[in-house]
Amino acid sequence: MSSAIRCRGLVKTFPGKPPVEAVRGLELDVRVGECFGLLGPNGAGKTTTIEILEGLSAPTAGEVEVLGRTWRAHADELRERIGVTLQDTRFTDKLTVEETLRLFGSFYARGRSVEQALAEVELGEKRKSWVVNLSGGQRQRLAVACALVGEPELLFLDEPTTGLDPQSRRQLWDVVRKLKHGGRTVLLTTHYMDEAEKLCERVAIVDHGRVIALGSPAELIRSLGGDHVVEFSFEGPGGAGGAETELARLAGVRAARAEADGFALTVGEPHVTIPALLAHAEATGSALARLATRQASLEDVFVTLTGRHLRDA
Amino acid sequence: MLDRHPFFQLFAARLRELAREPGVLFWIFGFPLMLAIGLGFAFRGEQAVIVDVAVLDGPRAAECAAALPADLGFRASVLDAEHAARALRLGKVALVVVPGDAAEASPEFRFDPARPESRLARALVHDALERAAGRVDRVTPRAAPVTEPGSRYIDFLIPGLLGMNIMSGGMWGIGYAIVDMRSKKLLKRLAATPMKRVHFLAAFLATRLVLVLVEMVLLLLFGWLVYDLEPRGSLAGIAGLCVLGACAFASLGLLTATRTAKTEVVGGLINLVMLPMFVVSGVFFSSDRFPEFVQPIVRALPLTALNDALRAAVLEGASLSEQGPRLLVLAAWGVVSFVLALRLFRWS
Ligand SMILES: Nc1ncnc2c1ncn2[C@@H]1O[C@H](COP(=O)(O)OP(=O)(O)O)[C@@H](O)[C@H]1O
Ligand SMILES: [Mg+2]
Repeated sequence: MSSAIRCRGLVKTFPGKPPVEAVRGLELDVRVGECFGLLGPNGAGKTTTIEILEGLSAPTAGEVEVLGRTWRAHADELRERIGVTLQDTRFTDKLTVEETLRLFGSFYARGRSVEQALAEVELGEKRKSWVVNLSGGQRQRLAVACALVGEPELLFLDEPTTGLDPQSRRQLWDVVRKLKHGGRTVLLTTHYMDEAEKLCERVAIVDHGRVIALGSPAELIRSLGGDHVVEFSFEGPGGAGGAETELARLAGVRAARAEADGFALTVGEPHVTIPALLAHAEATGSALARLATRQASLEDVFVTLTGRHLRDA
Repeated sequence: MLDRHPFFQLFAARLRELAREPGVLFWIFGFPLMLAIGLGFAFRGEQAVIVDVAVLDGPRAAECAAALPADLGFRASVLDAEHAARALRLGKVALVVVPGDAAEASPEFRFDPARPESRLARALVHDALERAAGRVDRVTPRAAPVTEPGSRYIDFLIPGLLGMNIMSGGMWGIGYAIVDMRSKKLLKRLAATPMKRVHFLAAFLATRLVLVLVEMVLLLLFGWLVYDLEPRGSLAGIAGLCVLGACAFASLGLLTATRTAKTEVVGGLINLVMLPMFVVSGVFFSSDRFPEFVQPIVRALPLTALNDALRAAVLEGASLSEQGPRLLVLAAWGVVSFVLALRLFRWS
């Protein structure tokens, strides 16, 4: 299968005192036609990476190939073939949606019609509105439409739903799902694990400028050894320091970790583990203050790999 | 199709943006007209000169004040020493007259020789007192006040306002606007498209040229209709100067906008560039007033060159070919700024 994006040993160091090593040897292969996610906490180096891939900044070291071309040799051609949304662009306030799209469309040799782009992001009824009067979600959909007017083969979306309310996020997710049709490749960055799980066929988890895990969301979750997470806390001596070693030995538990307000166990079969957990509580003379089971998520993968949560890393 | 062309789209977007921003339109068109109206009124020629003087209270004060009558343009008030000194300090009077007494027949004049109106008052009061004391004039010149178009303050002012507007329009309209786009990441977004850089710059410049020509027509029309100031030079020649000036200041504006992403920073930079020229380049008063040794610098400034050239064209009918050195100064500023700006420019 051919690569839409291929990068090797990507390094970006911002000069300063001290210099900031935003990206430290990142490797990436994005296949043609897939929706690929870079998932990582704020400051992981996602924006720095994606802007290098978009040809907007030069790497300190490493090789980048986009659609089989390099930025050094084929910048003009590549700009015709990609579409970009930056993390938070503010378009001209007092232009209408339609005017903004027509402006961006004029830059491309094989621009598609403004109508099509509007329809694809479901912004048709706002075509005559000034940008300043759009909601956050509508602005973000306009940004996606501007990335679509050039009929790109490869689409970059940097944090497409950051700062949006839940309804606008779901609306944008619907838009992104449709973009994948027609063989288009999408690379998006996000720090929301649910977004990566719902939209991406494959995900690279990025931390401190490196890829620390790669695979489909299902594969990554499977690597935990169990699909379920049991969360609880103790009332009584059961929660004493080092308790997670003992908890890890309970039946069916693949991994145990202490959380800020209790414990989380990764388990294969909750109906095996929970009776064992109750027995353990009784034996130590404590009670369970709360107990919940849920499906394991990419968040758990991240925590297992780094010991930190995505949201507060 | 023309309207699908990126230059046209960029140009139209810029014009729309300006037209939809009432505040911007006021600064571009309303402000210079208001200045012309206000200053033209304040300095209208027919106004008589009034000389404010204080006469120090004393035995001969009334006699002295009577020698300075209102119909000769004096406004004399008799004050005690303390009030007279205060009035002089605050600029309410230009001169304090201490009338002569038994011991000393001649009066004393107290004034600050650095104030032009005080020197004028001294000469006029001296003259009036001499006459009151019985001097007979041997020479009586006839007065022929000049109020013809071309030699009044408003005539001096209108080309200066045009020059000033070309400068601030170029600096704000290019420099500030581009930094504003950079601060919104819009420049970076555009850099990610196949947009040709030359289309982008040309659209900004074209917008300036359109605005400058409208400004020129408005100000000249205003001078003509309200003050009967008919430009002596050809309109095409004056338009040519405006275009050259607009290009020079657009380049300078672009240069201030090459790096920063903060609109406050570029605002400061623009003021730093413009303020000295507001003062020395002959917008409100002639730049000849500055001492000889700074003249080479003053004349090398782009606004001085533009204002001098506009005045020569509007008031004296000078053609472009007679203004070679000024055109060269403008062109040099334009070319050097533009080349530097292209080298330093950052899209993100
Ligand atoms: N222009 C820059 N100059 C200096 N440091 C930067 C610059 N851009 C980003 N960084 C730093 O690089 C790191 C990675 O940033 P970024 O790529 O924006 O992360 P993410 O998009 O994953 O949140 C951060 O520590 C950030 O502060
Ligand atoms: Mg980011």
